[in-house]
Amino acid sequence: MTTESGPESAEKQQQQQEEKTKGASQTSASQTSSPQKQPEQLPAAVGHSTPAHKQQDPSEEDLVSHQSSTSRLSRSPLRGAKKVKIMPCKIALLDGTEYTVNVEKRARGQVLFDKVCDHLNLLEKDYFGITYRDVENQKNWLDPCKEMKKQIRTGPWNFAFNVKFYPPDPSQLSEDITRYYLCLQLRDDVVSGRLPCSFATHTVLGSYTVQSELGDYDPEELGTDYISELRFAPNQTKELEEKVMEMHKTYKGMTPAEAEIHFLENAKKLSMYGVDLHHARDSEGVEIMLGVCASGLLIYRDRLRINRFAWPKILKISYKRNNFYIKIRPGEFEQFESTIGFKLPNHRAAKRLWKVCVEHHTFFRLVSPEVPPKKFLSLGSKFRYSGRTQAQTRRASSQIIRPAPLFERSTSKRYNMSRSLDGAPISENHESLMKDAGVVVKGDSIITTVTTEKEEERSEQEDQAQAEVPTEEAQSTEAATVRPDTKTDSEQTDFAFDGDMTPTESELDEDSEMRTQDSSTPAEVAKHHTNISELKRSFLETGSDSPGPNEWDRRLPYSPTHSPKPDDDPMIEPLDPQDTKDEQPAEEPQDEPKATEAAGFLVKYAVTDASHTSSGPHGISLSTTMDDDVFADGTLREAAEEAKTPDSLASERSLARLSPGSVRHEVSKAISDKRGRLIILREAEGRGDAEGRGDAEETSALNEKNQTGNAIVGEKLGKEVKQNGSVKIQSPKLEIKSVLNDIRGVESPKKAMAFWITEEVEAEEKSEHPVPVATEEAAAVATAEVVAVAAAVAVASEGDVAVTTGADVVVARTTDGEVKEDESGRGETTQQQESKASAREVLDEEATSVVQIATTTLAVSTLGIVSASKTSPVVEDEIAVATESKPEVESTSPTTVENDASAKETPVVHTETKTITYEAAEAETNGDADPGVLLSAQTITSETTSTTTTTHITKTVKGGVSETRIEKRIVITGDADIDHDEALAQAIKEAKEQHPDMSVTKVVVHKETEITPEDGED
Amino acid sequence: MAGLLTKFGHYTHAVVRGIPASLATEALRSSQADVDLDRAHREHAEYVAVLRTRLGLEVVELPADESLPDCVFVEDAAVVCGDTALVTRPGAESRRAETEAMKDALRKLGLNVVEMTDENATLDGGDVLFTGQEFFVGLSKRTNQRGAEILADAFKDYAVSTVSVTEGLHLKSFCSMGGPGLILIGSSEHAQKALKIMQQMSDHRYEKLTVPDDLAANCVYMNLPDKGHVLLHSTADMFPESFKVLEKLQDYTLIPLSNSEKMKVDGALTCCSVLINKTANI
Repeated sequence: MTTESGPESAEKQQQQQEEKTKGASQTSASQTSSPQKQPEQLPAAVGHSTPAHKQQDPSEEDLVSHQSSTSRLSRSPLRGAKKVKIMPCKIALLDGTEYTVNVEKRARGQVLFDKVCDHLNLLEKDYFGITYRDVENQKNWLDPCKEMKKQIRTGPWNFAFNVKFYPPDPSQLSEDITRYYLCLQLRDDVVSGRLPCSFATHTVLGSYTVQSELGDYDPEELGTDYISELRFAPNQTKELEEKVMEMHKTYKGMTPAEAEIHFLENAKKLSMYGVDLHHARDSEGVEIMLGVCASGLLIYRDRLRINRFAWPKILKISYKRNNFYIKIRPGEFEQFESTIGFKLPNHRAAKRLWKVCVEHHTFFRLVSPEVPPKKFLSLGSKFRYSGRTQAQTRRASSQIIRPAPLFERSTSKRYNMSRSLDGAPISENHESLMKDAGVVVKGDSIITTVTTEKEEERSEQEDQAQAEVPTEEAQSTEAATVRPDTKTDSEQTDFAFDGDMTPTESELDEDSEMRTQDSSTPAEVAKHHTNISELKRSFLETGSDSPGPNEWDRRLPYSPTHSPKPDDDPMIEPLDPQDTKDEQPAEEPQDEPKATEAAGFLVKYAVTDASHTSSGPHGISLSTTMDDDVFADGTLREAAEEAKTPDSLASERSLARLSPGSVRHEVSKAISDKRGRLIILREAEGRGDAEGRGDAEETSALNEKNQTGNAIVGEKLGKEVKQNGSVKIQSPKLEIKSVLNDIRGVESPKKAMAFWITEEVEAEEKSEHPVPVATEEAAAVATAEVVAVAAAVAVASEGDVAVTTGADVVVARTTDGEVKEDESGRGETTQQQESKASAREVLDEEATSVVQIATTTLAVSTLGIVSASKTSPVVEDEIAVATESKPEVESTSPTTVENDASAKETPVVHTETKTITYEAAEAETNGDADPGVLLSAQTITSETTSTTTTTHITKTVKGGVSETRIEKRIVITGDADIDHDEALAQAIKEAKEQHPDMSVTKVVVHKETEITPEDGED
Repeated sequence: MAGLLTKFGHYTHAVVRGIPASLATEALRSSQADVDLDRAHREHAEYVAVLRTRLGLEVVELPADESLPDCVFVEDAAVVCGDTALVTRPGAESRRAETEAMKDALRKLGLNVVEMTDENATLDGGDVLFTGQEFFVGLSKRTNQRGAEILADAFKDYAVSTVSVTEGLHLKSFCSMGGPGLILIGSSEHAQKALKIMQQMSDHRYEKLTVPDDLAANCVYMNLPDKGHVLLHSTADMFPESFKVLEKLQDYTLIPLSNSEKMKVDGALTCCSVLINKTANI
């Protein structure tokens, strides 16, 4: 992990900083991004989505700059924006030389590929590709359609130029120069042993190589030992050299091009010519090799071919987690289609194999590439081979009219030198980046281990997302839902060959909730985490008023301060993290409205969520985001709302609109950012139930949320609520600064944006007091919601790397709102919150059905990224729910927490929370992923003096594939002395070691710092 | 040599071996028929004569060894392709010693001899079908996976696919090559199934010629200079229906050989020689 995240993380940091400095990350993102290659997407998206934000930015920036110590940082982004990061790329060429070329960091693979081909004077380039080594030192093809940085992630920018599709008949290539490069590749294949051949063949190939490179045999000029300088075989013997020389003598007059044709005519007959091998195991665990070639898929056991599936015989290719499946057309002996599964070492390997299959099938079997499925709702990876097919490239090649280019054939002496085709030393830059990255992480970190990969597909989604964004433009609400790009790793890759397409399932699906949604879920994930903790708390605390700090509290260094004072009036303060500035402004207005408004907000959120869910239009991302929360909460809330009196409804709605807008807004921003993450949070809780527990739960929920932000406060509130019943709850102001870095945004290189939304809603409710609950705050259900959504986006260039590792989600969810309808004194309360809370609790502790639900919802979203915060709609009529949301503008400075709106109140605990999410995987955006069935879920907690680790394991089955998702929440409590970065790195490392088969998809870092309550008002 | 492959079926040398008297009584067999040793000798003499005189091959005739009743079936002792000869480890323990003489003969011919020393490996040459482009190895009572793997190691240029042989002694008990890209196949169910498997496993397209009798599908194909396609096949007397099918081959020189006695001990036409193309060896 650490290594992976290195470069990216650095970017993230930058981004974060930028975000912090700039409230409107979007704008910054847009700026930064614009210089880069994707100007089109982002700029437009941004413009649409976040006009308001932009406007706000300046002011916020100012504020930030003034207030926050980090103000200087704010500028950096600007500078950064103008800069186009140039990365030196080292490409190992086929002749053994290394070519170095500078490419913009956010450039797509195609850019580099084109440059290399230009350098090589190669026109028939469709047979070639660029490879890089991933963290596991596995060779991967650089996707020309995706940004390089997102593919390379943490590794050095070292590449190799290779043949990707070996033409079955090289004589059909149009140009000699193309054949020359193919020969070079094959020589390397032979010498490296990848292309096994007999002694006789080594002799023949070697002799043509000599003729091609050295020309006619001439003892006077060449001497007698010339041959031993060349390499022809993995184990070259003197005998071989002599034989080669003997044959070489017979080629007098043969031109290099002719020699190469002969070479290829022999090489192409080799059984392993053009076969891309992948290690795997069959259903019985026997080690086999899967070979992908022009004609289909070959199955080897040791050296023996034990089966072969020609492309026409394959109906579908898919992979889930580390399983790779092929669906076979019924043959003469079978009546039904059958699916054969293979186990690959890990998810990445499965995905890699799948992609190679998709590409080979398309290249060799199809006339033209398939159009990537447009799926908003459909499952499956969008990955498709986008280059030209063999048929197309042949057609194109026939149009080549240039005179045969002159080129120099290098010697194969190169083989004497150790080649570093793939790996290269890490450049200083990388190292530094890594360091930076490390720094970023702090506080407790949540490491989600999932076996999924996200990466590439995101971009597509992102695009979609962006498109959607405009619609969303929401207002400037604070709700921050960050929408992660939805690409998931999961990739469901279904490949339908020859017409059948089936959605494959992706690993994520199984992981379901988390996973699937990676993209959509970052928020959700965060929520989960938070929820878990919350649940625990709620569990622990439930019912009990025990003021004593629970585990979590203890863990939280500053908990005491954080904890809101019970006495405080209920307030809802939306605090916006620094980053949020842009958003905040918008939000603020909302927040400022008093309690009622606040309530409204809450409601709104709910509404928004609902709307999101309901409104599919937003796009994948949105839908995804909505997923969990939305579903559960949304519906509930709606119900609650309905229950409410019209008046209340109306009011709420109005409010709600705002919120939704905001939510959308954020989402949209996130989307626009693409890489942007979602952040979400929210929670609201309203609990109006007479039942204290409802409140308690809520509170707990809040607390949990708070934890991320300021847990303590929430708890207190909850407690108070419980106790008092109708007691007022002060909603401490929670400031949550979450910075999300989206690493993922594949395409959006831009900086991430961070949005924070904090909402605190305090509602006090006493269901029992039907009366004037509304009238009074006390009665009101206090919901405190803090929604922190930070979407930080990825630093353009850097972020990518990190992407894999972490996704961040910060979610504070508390949702539930109970609605009391007091209107005139109604004491109705809907307990959405409760249900949720309870669910969560259950989840956490038991991880039972509740979890399932959650998961399901998540799964549904699949890609869903950010769950919008759901506020607890505590709807109390106008009652006294005082929500004050204060958008905090403070970027960095903790001090600036303010509750402007909440001014009334009082004690506000300011906590500065930073949440950083690194997402590796992205969920694909389909909102419709199946939720899967939850098989089991368990939570394990272990503690040491300074750390508490909570492991939440969820197993789900989806589409026949089971998926295990492990979430670890590690709370590191301590003074500043603790090296959080190191702690995180260690945690990640351990997680990786413990679950070698899994990959870390998200890392959410919440850093909570107490801020001495200052009056900083924005 | 992958690339230098001359035309499929081009041979210059053949290794054969005499029939020991013990063949009649001690040779392994799946039926209980009595072997007419004299007739077996006559048939074998004709076989060798065709190779040497009619087809002009240089025939290396190894002496019979009474202690090795099955030694006449030299095909099982070695697989030769190009300049490489894999000396096998026959599945029947009683036949293991047959490889000694074969190994020496092949070395004398200048071939690159590879021995199968792995004691877990067994392979009979009768289970090895070389099509000119790849190998199919029948996994049978006599040949196992390990043996096939070693064969694959010995002939790295070629794909080696395994085919399970559920009935019959060897893979080539019901099939053989009838020409470049042409597989002669028996009509039995297991023969047809094996063919399907082979076709599925191959990147190459093969034509098939199905003959009614499985045993008649075992023929010796050669493509010789000045002689073109040559097919040694069982006589019409033995398999009249199958002969009618083979007769349809265009431009073939069909040479019927009586093989009735050896067939009683599961010996087919291909079993009695190891064909070598020395010109391909450099």
